[in-house]
Amino acid sequence: MTSRFPDGSVGGRADLPIDPDADLGDEDTDAQDDVFALRTSPRRRREWSVLATISLGGSLGSLARYLISVAVPVAPGRFPWATFLINVSGCWALGLLMVFVLDVWPPNRYVRPFFGVGFLGGYTTFSTFAVETRNLAGHGAWLLAGGYVLASLVGGLAAVWCGMIVARLVGGLPVRRNLEGGRA
Amino acid sequence: MTVLLVLLGGAVGAPSRYLIDRYVQRRRQSVFPWGTLTVNLIGCLILGLLAGAAHDLAKPIVTLAGTGFCGALTTFSTFGFETARLLEDGSYREAGLNVLAGVGLGLLAATAGFAIGVSV
Repeated sequence: MTSRFPDGSVGGRADLPIDPDADLGDEDTDAQDDVFALRTSPRRRREWSVLATISLGGSLGSLARYLISVAVPVAPGRFPWATFLINVSGCWALGLLMVFVLDVWPPNRYVRPFFGVGFLGGYTTFSTFAVETRNLAGHGAWLLAGGYVLASLVGGLAAVWCGMIVARLVGGLPVRRNLEGGRA
Repeated sequence: MTVLLVLLGGAVGAPSRYLIDRYVQRRRQSVFPWGTLTVNLIGCLILGLLAGAAHDLAKPIVTLAGTGFCGALTTFSTFGFETARLLEDGSYREAGLNVLAGVGLGLLAATAGFAIGVSV
């Protein structure tokens, strides 16, 4: 991964940006001696390094979620504060991050996979949200189940927006991306 | 021990989401986030199953597959971000459908998974 390229760059980062969805070449030639092999082989290695980056971020995000769920215990039939706080804070952070990744920072192959896809994807959870809602309904707490769904949706969307607005203000961008975008 | 299982489950769940999302999204030429919907529904079904069968399962399995894998496979932040993006782009219909399908089908998948888990 840290092979030095003729132009002095490390890890082939000089040819940024790369299409992350580009099909991978099938060639897996040894790049030791063949200069031209540098054009195909590193791409495959980069794909694996992106997956590894997502994996690392995902495991750390999951751990953070687990630690919060231990710190904020929720009794059966009560409002699931832990997951609610996790999902809303994760939405806020992703809104913030995406503005920086897409509109402010120069392209980087690992920032979005690590923080966005990996950490925040692993941190927030849809499955626990759905199962907790089912459990509340199973306890007969229908009102609380409905309130949980509504609070998570409204809170999550509002948080994404707050994150994006904060990032746009900090990044010196117009707060709205287009003129008709303000309807919440 | 529990921490390791969460780390391991998350390490597999997050790249699984990335690969499934890309696989699904590549086959759909639309702004609708089919990929995220797919991973979320799969995760809701599996976690529902685990929750339903939790009494018969060893706790480490529930931690690894539930807290770790399903937690990282599904995502609320991307769901929220994509919905906000659709709203900002003026695709109100897709945004509304995304919320309705995500929550409605997600709850359905979790309930179905739970029922299957209890009966197995």
